[in-house]
Amino acid sequence: MLAAVERAAESPPADAIDLRREFNEVGIGEVLDQLDRELIGLRPVKTRIREIAALLLVERVRKRMGLTSEVPTLHMSFTGNPGTGKTTVALRIASILHKLGFVRRGQVVSVTRDELVGQYIGHTAPKTKEILKKAMGGVLFIDEAYYLHRPDNERDYGQEAIEILLQVMESQREDLVVILAGYGERMDKFFASNPGFRSRIAHHIDFPDYADDELFAIAETMLHERNYRFTPEARAAFVRYIALRKTQPLFSNARSIRNALDRIRLRQANRLIADLDRVLSADDIMAIETPDVLASRVFGNDTGAAGA
Amino acid sequence: MRITQGCFSFLSDLTDEQISRQVQYCLGKGWAVNIEFTDDPHPRNSFWEMWGLPMFDLRDAAGVLMELNECRKVYGDRYIRLSAFDSSHGWESQRLSFIVNRPTDEPGFRLERHEVSGRNIRYTTKSYAADRPEGRRYGGA
Repeated sequence: MLAAVERAAESPPADAIDLRREFNEVGIGEVLDQLDRELIGLRPVKTRIREIAALLLVERVRKRMGLTSEVPTLHMSFTGNPGTGKTTVALRIASILHKLGFVRRGQVVSVTRDELVGQYIGHTAPKTKEILKKAMGGVLFIDEAYYLHRPDNERDYGQEAIEILLQVMESQREDLVVILAGYGERMDKFFASNPGFRSRIAHHIDFPDYADDELFAIAETMLHERNYRFTPEARAAFVRYIALRKTQPLFSNARSIRNALDRIRLRQANRLIADLDRVLSADDIMAIETPDVLASRVFGNDTGAAGA
Repeated sequence: MRITQGCFSFLSDLTDEQISRQVQYCLGKGWAVNIEFTDDPHPRNSFWEMWGLPMFDLRDAAGVLMELNECRKVYGDRYIRLSAFDSSHGWESQRLSFIVNRPTDEPGFRLERHEVSGRNIRYTTKSYAADRPEGRRYGGA
C-alpha cells in the first residue's frame, strides 16, 4: 500500500490507463481462475468475489488517476453452514487483496474466541491487541465470530474484544482486513446485537450448501489427490451414500464427505490386510470397492465396522 | 542538549513513516521489536522500562506503530526507543536500537568535578532533569 501511495504521489496522475495491462500486471486473473478450477460449486460466492476483485481493480486505477484517495472498506462476513468452504475462500481472498495491493503482506491470521478473549479482568485487551498486531498488513479471519458475544452474560469479556476490534477496523482500515465467519442464523443474531459490526462490514457473502453432484465432485477430487479411485459400482454406492447422509443430522457438507472418505479408506485398508496372502497390484491398492462404501452405518446396517 | 544514542543518532528525528520503514526492515529480518521508555537520560542508564511485551511474530510495521502511538499517549514527555532483538542461534541479542520520541525540552548535563586525594580530579556527568523525582522530570504531572 505504501508503495502504491508513493507512486501516486511521485508521478503525476495518469490520464490513460490500459485496463488489460493493469489486469495482467497484478495477476489476479490467475487467482480467480484457480478459484474457479479448484473450488467446486459455490457459484454465488465466486461471482461475488469476481465483483469485489473488479471493484478493487477499478479502485486501484482510480487512485492512479488521482480520482480517489480514500481506502475502500474491505471487511467481510462469510456466512454459511459448516463445511461450505469459508476458510478456504478466506485464504484466496487474502491473496487477491495482496496482489491488488490492498493489504501489504497477505498473511491470514485465523483465530477463534479463545485467542481473542481473556480469562480474567485486564487479560482481554492485551490478548486481542497481540492478535491484531500479528494480523496487521494481512487478513484477520475470525471463525465462529458469534461466540465473541454472549448475550446471557453481561460481564463477558467478549464485549471488550469486540470494542477493540471495532475501533481498529475503523481507524486502521488500510492496515488490516477483518473477515468474520460463522453459521448464517447465529451470525444474523450476532450482527443484530452488535450493529457496529454490521455497518463496518462492506461485503456480506453467503455460502450456499453443496448440491449432491457437487459433493460427489468434491469427493472425487479428494480421492484423486490421495491417489485413490472408486470402482464403478462403488461410485454408484457413494452417490447413494451422499443422498442418505444429507438427510441425517449433523451433516456438514464437504467436511462430512472428507470424514466419510477417511473412514472408507480405513475400511479399505482393513479389507486389504484381511487377506495377507494375496499379491496386490497398484490398482488394487488404489481401488475403493463397493463393500468399503456400503459398510457405513448410513445405509442402516449397524454391523458396519467403523461407525457412520 | 539533544541526546543521541543508538542508530541514526546523527540524523534528525525520524518521521513516523521512516520509523515504520526501519521497523519493517527489522521484521523482515525476523527480529522482535520492543518499545522502551525512560526519563533518566544518562548515557549509562541501560535499564529502560518496557512498554508491553516484546512483539514476536509480527509481519507488518503497522502493529508496532500502533503500540508506539499508545506509548506516546502515556509517556509522550519521555524518551522512547525501539530495539530489535534477534533470537536466532549465535546472536540472541539486540541488533538495533534507535530513539523515536524525546521530551520537548532537554535541559542537558552538568559536569561535576570531585577533588580527590593527591590533586586528582574525578568527573561525573549529572542530568539536570534527573534532579527531580521520576515522572516529574520533563514537565510531567
